Amino acid sequence: MSAWETVIGLEVHVQLATASKIFSSSSTHTGDEANRHASLIDLGMPGTLPVLNREALRNAIRFGLAINADINRRSVFERKNYFYPDLPKGYQTTQLAEPIVGTGVVEIQLEDGRKKTVRIHHAHLEEDAGKSIHDAFSGDLGQGQTGIDLNRAGTPLIEIVSEPDMSNAEEAVAYARKLHAIVTSLGICDGDMSQGNMRFDVNVSVRRPGEPLGTRTETKNLNSFRFMEKAIGLEVERQIDVLEDGGKIVQETRLYNGDTHTARSMRSKEDANDYRYFPCPDLLPVVVSEEDIEELRASLPELPDARKARYMETYQLSDYDADLLSGSPATARYFETATEQGGDAKLAANWIMGELAAKLNSEELGIENAPVTATQLGQLIQRLKDGTISSKIAKQVFDACWAGEGDPDAIIEAKGLKQMSDSGELEKIVDQVIADSPAQVEDYRNSDEAKRKKKLGYFVGQVMKATQGKANPQQVNELLHKKL
Amino acid sequence: MHDKTLTELKAGLLAGDFSARELAEHFLARIEARDGALNSFITVTAEQALQQADAADRAIAAGEQRLLTGLPIAHKDIFCTEGVRTSCGSRMLDNFVAPYTATVVEKMAAEGAVMLGKTNMDEFAMGSSNETSYYGPVKNPWDTSRVPGGSSGGAAASLAARLAAGSTGTDTGGSIRQPAALNNLTGLKPTYGRVSRWGMIAFASSLDQAGPLGLSAADCALMLQAMAGHDSKDSTCLDQPVDDYLAALDQNIDGLRIGVPEEFFPENLDGAIAESSHEAMRELEKQGARLVKISLPSVTLSVPAYYVIAPAEASSNLSRYDGVRFGYRCENPRDLEDLYKRSRSEGFGEEVKRRILVGTYALSAGYYDAYYKRAQKVRRLIRDEFVQAFKKVDVIMGPTTPETAFPLGAKADDPINMYMADVFTIAVNLAGLPALSMPSGFINGLPTGTQVIGNYFQEGRILNVAHRYQQATDWHKRIPGAFQ
Repeated sequence: MSAWETVIGLEVHVQLATASKIFSSSSTHTGDEANRHASLIDLGMPGTLPVLNREALRNAIRFGLAINADINRRSVFERKNYFYPDLPKGYQTTQLAEPIVGTGVVEIQLEDGRKKTVRIHHAHLEEDAGKSIHDAFSGDLGQGQTGIDLNRAGTPLIEIVSEPDMSNAEEAVAYARKLHAIVTSLGICDGDMSQGNMRFDVNVSVRRPGEPLGTRTETKNLNSFRFMEKAIGLEVERQIDVLEDGGKIVQETRLYNGDTHTARSMRSKEDANDYRYFPCPDLLPVVVSEEDIEELRASLPELPDARKARYMETYQLSDYDADLLSGSPATARYFETATEQGGDAKLAANWIMGELAAKLNSEELGIENAPVTATQLGQLIQRLKDGTISSKIAKQVFDACWAGEGDPDAIIEAKGLKQMSDSGELEKIVDQVIADSPAQVEDYRNSDEAKRKKKLGYFVGQVMKATQGKANPQQVNELLHKKL
Repeated sequence: MHDKTLTELKAGLLAGDFSARELAEHFLARIEARDGALNSFITVTAEQALQQADAADRAIAAGEQRLLTGLPIAHKDIFCTEGVRTSCGSRMLDNFVAPYTATVVEKMAAEGAVMLGKTNMDEFAMGSSNETSYYGPVKNPWDTSRVPGGSSGGAAASLAARLAAGSTGTDTGGSIRQPAALNNLTGLKPTYGRVSRWGMIAFASSLDQAGPLGLSAADCALMLQAMAGHDSKDSTCLDQPVDDYLAALDQNIDGLRIGVPEEFFPENLDGAIAESSHEAMRELEKQGARLVKISLPSVTLSVPAYYVIAPAEASSNLSRYDGVRFGYRCENPRDLEDLYKRSRSEGFGEEVKRRILVGTYALSAGYYDAYYKRAQKVRRLIRDEFVQAFKKVDVIMGPTTPETAFPLGAKADDPINMYMADVFTIAVNLAGLPALSMPSGFINGLPTGTQVIGNYFQEGRILNVAHRYQQATDWHKRIPGAFQ
């Protein structure tokens, strides 16, 4: 039997970073006491009406322009009707038949160097729902009660719907990262996934090559790249197991639990609501002029693809490195500052993708919260380049800087880590090492050229030990060669 | 004082013939004494009325008389009034004290109007007889065994009985014009988008429009002057300058082209009703108007189209009444579904439930195209036919209703027959045009009305036609015998 082929499509919800909600003037600020930002409109009070936040519209158009999509000159808000306590009006105002952003494309870069184009079916504007709070209440409300917090209700979202163009979790993650890079570069979303500001619904199906598309399932509300990757893996495995056991895939919505790495069915297609979409009569069709679009196009900031090309050309970075560094605006800013300060793009790139990334990862920090600032890393690189410190010492300085012990220069000074470059002093130490190791000297001298190279390491080590690593390794090598 | 028009009362206040307080007290006393027979008020706001009257007296004394200063007006209980119960004629909102005030109420208050109270209405404005109100039916002051029409039945009955000097109403399919005709009043439905819907509890958002009911066209002009205008809180409220309606009243109508659609005079129409409207047009002919026979074939489809579109929108608009945030909540709900089901089945009356069911059905998957979409097509046809007609004529006229006030209970169990009461008024809502009904005679002691339809934003024109007619006739001056 031939292998299975996976087909993946994504629906990505991006929370727009506008100051006020999409249809009311309430603040979108999060973290405040429940219902502080629930106005008459957000509460769905009788007689209230929505007015479209033009900035949310502009942000959706900016996104469309960034992915070279058609911007629909006329788009229509519709009502998606269903009952839920966190949905005050009994319908969600969204777009369906006539969305603001039409078809577009997103190019992704894979680790093995391949590129792939993911087609965007459309992107539409909509309002978020509120939150049900099931935790126990104190005060008048007893346990077992459910509370409603409408602070988030009416927060503007764009939902970006892809074609089923991805064929594994890596591609799906690369696509999601790319969207993240685009919306954060545009500044239309803060990209904070821990706050749910970007959420992924993953449609997955499997089939034998050449066969028509299989039945798909939708795993909803994944809020990290890692969970998405794992959820896809789990679902693909499950579907293959079911099919290979002769079973059938049921079209359903599933929920993934990242803590237990398990998923469960939430509802099948049969239980799905009939949403009774129809154009919202309280909002006029949104008409966008050519001038509006051109004005927005002219004011677009540098986008990840352009930045990547610039990195490859200006800094001679590899395709893959340039892709990683250009992705998020925070990483790009960090890289550019460190490069400017340190005067060496390649070193900066290596440090950022190596030491820095590892530490950020292990401490689960974003680059914008890195304890070592880009300026500090730049200074470290400068010291590396001018020979003040060796790369080994540089790691030590980096760690100290990470621990908050000050700028690299201060650390080098305080700890006396400056490379020993005074050849007179170094020569004395080298002589001492040679004098203390007659057997090793004998052995070295009796070895051929190839073996000597290895054996030299012992002497280098001894010198480093004696200088606490501060000796300039190149100088040590040269001196040892001469003396031995 | 109560036999005077708003225009006369305004002059009387300015001349010092009586004070605003005396006026308010007089009307409040009449409500107290007479409304028992009519049930036209749901809430009387005596205290607030007297405060506003005192403020009006101070304004007049200071020479700051505005459009409506000191004039006692009743608002339909569909308009939110801060701190005052706003029931919409429903058990669902029996406990709802609005936290804000509708734009219409606010604008009229800003012009100095004195609010006497909130008038009875069909539940959520769904009805043509004011029999669907949770607060009981309203009686017609011309014959208290008969209906006053609806849904603005309380507004019309209270005004006809001179329990208020002016009234606001709303008109989704004829709810201002039909009760105006059945109570010998002038009632105007403005162009859709002329008056703000903010704070006006929605029935069918794309059709609902607020307007005045008055004792004369001049009174309607005065109230409309205060009500009309752009409101940034209503996206469908158009930013179009407001004409001077009072100045338009006396214009010459020499050469006025009156379109007479054959569809408004079907073969089975009551001869006396037809004659009343023909007679009114003959009077206008005497003043120089010309009659032009026209045809509006699609108008005959307005009732079925309306009874798809209006319930469809209503089914969505009324979803917010779920017992969660405001309004009626059933006792001891077992769970969420029980809360929804019982709150809604106990809180809504039969006619509202019928329309929610019809509307839900019309929007359902598989039926949407056959009902909602097709109804929208009919709506476009109707609008297009009116647009074509208005290239040839200045106004269009015909009877407002196919019959005079019918006995209470006569149609209560026959919804289709009830729906036909609006056969001449509905097309105007579907097209979004302005139209008024003016008194044009009596049949067996019961008033009948003639409708004048204008082109978009031609409220001044139709008021002008009605005013010229009222200068030559005195039907509108007649007061029901029991309420002299």
